Amino acid sequence: MSGQSGTPLGAELAIEETERAERAEGRRRRRRAPLSEGRRAERRLGWLLCAPAAIVMVAVTAYPILYSVWLSLQRFDLKFPDQREFVGLENYVTVLTNEYWWTAFGVTLLITVVTVAVELALGMGLAIVMHRTLVGRGLVRTAALIPYGIVTVVAAFSWRYAWTPGTGYLANVFGDGAPLTDRAASLAIIMLAEIWKTTPFMALLLMAGLALVPDDLMKAASTDGATAWQRFTKVMLPVMKPAILVALLFRTLDAFRVFDNIYVLTAGSNQTSSVSMLAYNNLIRGLNLGIGSTMSVLIFLAVAIIAFIFVKLFGTAAPGSSDEEKR
Amino acid sequence: MSSPGSSRPRRARTVAAAATLALLAPTACGSGEESGSPTINLYYPPEQSMQEVVDACNAQAQGRYRIAYRVLPRQADDQRVQMVRRLAAEDTGMDVLGVDVTWTQEFASADWIREWTGEDAQEAQRGTLAGPLETARYQGKLYAAPKHTNVQLLWYRTDLVPQPPKTWDEMIAQAQQLKGQGKPYRVITMGAQYEGLVVLWNTMVASAGGQILNTEGTKVVLDDGAVKALEQLKQLATSGVTSPSFANATEDPARLEFQSGNGAFQLNWPFVYPALQEADPELAAKVKWARYPGVDENTPSRATIGGSNLAVSAFSRHPAESFEAAKCLRNAENQKISAVKGGTPPTLESVYADPEMDEAYPMKETILAELKDAATRPLTPAYQNISTVISAELSPPSAIEPDRTAKDLRRSIADALESKGVLP
Repeated sequence: MSGQSGTPLGAELAIEETERAERAEGRRRRRRAPLSEGRRAERRLGWLLCAPAAIVMVAVTAYPILYSVWLSLQRFDLKFPDQREFVGLENYVTVLTNEYWWTAFGVTLLITVVTVAVELALGMGLAIVMHRTLVGRGLVRTAALIPYGIVTVVAAFSWRYAWTPGTGYLANVFGDGAPLTDRAASLAIIMLAEIWKTTPFMALLLMAGLALVPDDLMKAASTDGATAWQRFTKVMLPVMKPAILVALLFRTLDAFRVFDNIYVLTAGSNQTSSVSMLAYNNLIRGLNLGIGSTMSVLIFLAVAIIAFIFVKLFGTAAPGSSDEEKR
Repeated sequence: MSSPGSSRPRRARTVAAAATLALLAPTACGSGEESGSPTINLYYPPEQSMQEVVDACNAQAQGRYRIAYRVLPRQADDQRVQMVRRLAAEDTGMDVLGVDVTWTQEFASADWIREWTGEDAQEAQRGTLAGPLETARYQGKLYAAPKHTNVQLLWYRTDLVPQPPKTWDEMIAQAQQLKGQGKPYRVITMGAQYEGLVVLWNTMVASAGGQILNTEGTKVVLDDGAVKALEQLKQLATSGVTSPSFANATEDPARLEFQSGNGAFQLNWPFVYPALQEADPELAAKVKWARYPGVDENTPSRATIGGSNLAVSAFSRHPAESFEAAKCLRNAENQKISAVKGGTPPTLESVYADPEMDEAYPMKETILAELKDAATRPLTPAYQNISTVISAELSPPSAIEPDRTAKDLRRSIADALESKGVLP
């Protein structure tokens, strides 16, 4: 047994070893080598070329973020323009002690965890199928991507009609009644719609990862007598790890900001609001810039924490960073 | 636009940028102004006969201004969001706004609409029913002219119900009796978590002599009458006479359910009457109307009014013409057109006496009677938020526990009034 799985494991270790060495080498080089005149000029040119893009980025992302932080420290309701005042962290206390917020937070977490887990499993299956398909490969891949290509709001509307008694073909599948009026059923439908929409995207990312698995490695493993499951868990998954983590990171961040499916399917009634819905309701419909911005900032922080966990703890490479190090 | 001779790229770019800006700029500054007569942009919900009314006013204006009817989205929420977003950005492209009766205070408080003064105000108030007029005031000043109003009636099947019930209890008892006899029995109305549920409760509160806010609209009261209304609403939801989808029903599904013949009673706006006549004339012949049921036997009900007011945007470049246009759009002649062809009940009492109204509104006497002592929803700038928390607390109506729900409502309405609350 140990001899059988020895080769693939060894191969994997070898790959990791070289990668680590390369990375360390890159770091050493960067720290030591003094820059030549030409190189410095080149770097300056690089900065100059980047500058417009960087300035635009600061203008369109940093400014709104800072502005909403500033707004979140105020009592600022468009309905009562005279009562605008600085209140410090009062809005944060209001939001963080509010049950609506925590209900929405729970709903968001539930949707995120469930959909991402299911999508990973389904997406992996789909990716393997698409990877192995010999006939009509392009057609199969295109067909699988259709749900992702449909505008979410449009798809959500068709889901809503499908689940509405009278107009829909799905409403009476599980007994009669209106599933979108029931909290548990609504949440299940929302998650189903999310999974339906983004599994293809997950599959696409995973398929890119599958392409990284060298055929030789798989052949070697099977020559050594590894079963299909062993080849999958001991060879494919380790090699695909970066791709899987990137896919998980993208989908988790996306899922955490879930908005359009909920907006169309239930509009947040029966306690099905996500945090983004709540922020929209308070900011756009409620005209309460203080509370709404506070929620936006909290969502921003949550997303930042998720990204941090993935990047630092699981070691997901930020897009582009590993390339740079190798060069 | 850029002349072919100019080879300097910067100038070409400036011209291009200017052209783009001109394209992006609101349509208002475009047409009409060169010829001296300003375009008045009327932002108003979709309404069948509105274009006809606009044309009539344009003819009457004789070139002093020209009204352009810009149709807002169909859903009330979307209408409000569009207007609010643009007003918050001080958009000069809006002149006359069709504002729902529940938004007028909000827009006034935010300094988005102009006060009606002098001759304009007098004309807006002359002959206007008191209830609708109240919805156009904020802090004692007039901020809009009531365009049309609306009020719900009790629709009942004469073949099942000989005498229309005067109170909810009476109606529930009649329905239960019909149920026992195996006849259509349902009481159909709107109970979904949205404005319709708030209207239902608000009507019950007013009918029970209760109050949600104080008269100034600054503090929560939620007195015994309001608690009694909570009991009444729970009773309706749990007595087994409503439809299974009561907790998810909005106006149109309720109408459709009644049309399908399941209901003995329907509480809904007057639009159900022409719709029923068109869909099922046989059933329509059996359906009559009565005053909305009350809570107490000896006190007549006080129904909640809906409808729309016309306001002039604070950012309009042509306020004088806008006021004039708004006055024209709501004058007696045009209110009659709207009523007869568009189905919207007038706010001017005199219009009801017009014989042309008889055919469009056979129920006009009942409507007028309800309008004369109608109830308004809480008149405060924070109404939208209050309504959101009320509908969340009341939903589903069968789960109401009067005392606890009242306590929760007092707290969340108070928070909403102080912009401290979180909207669900």
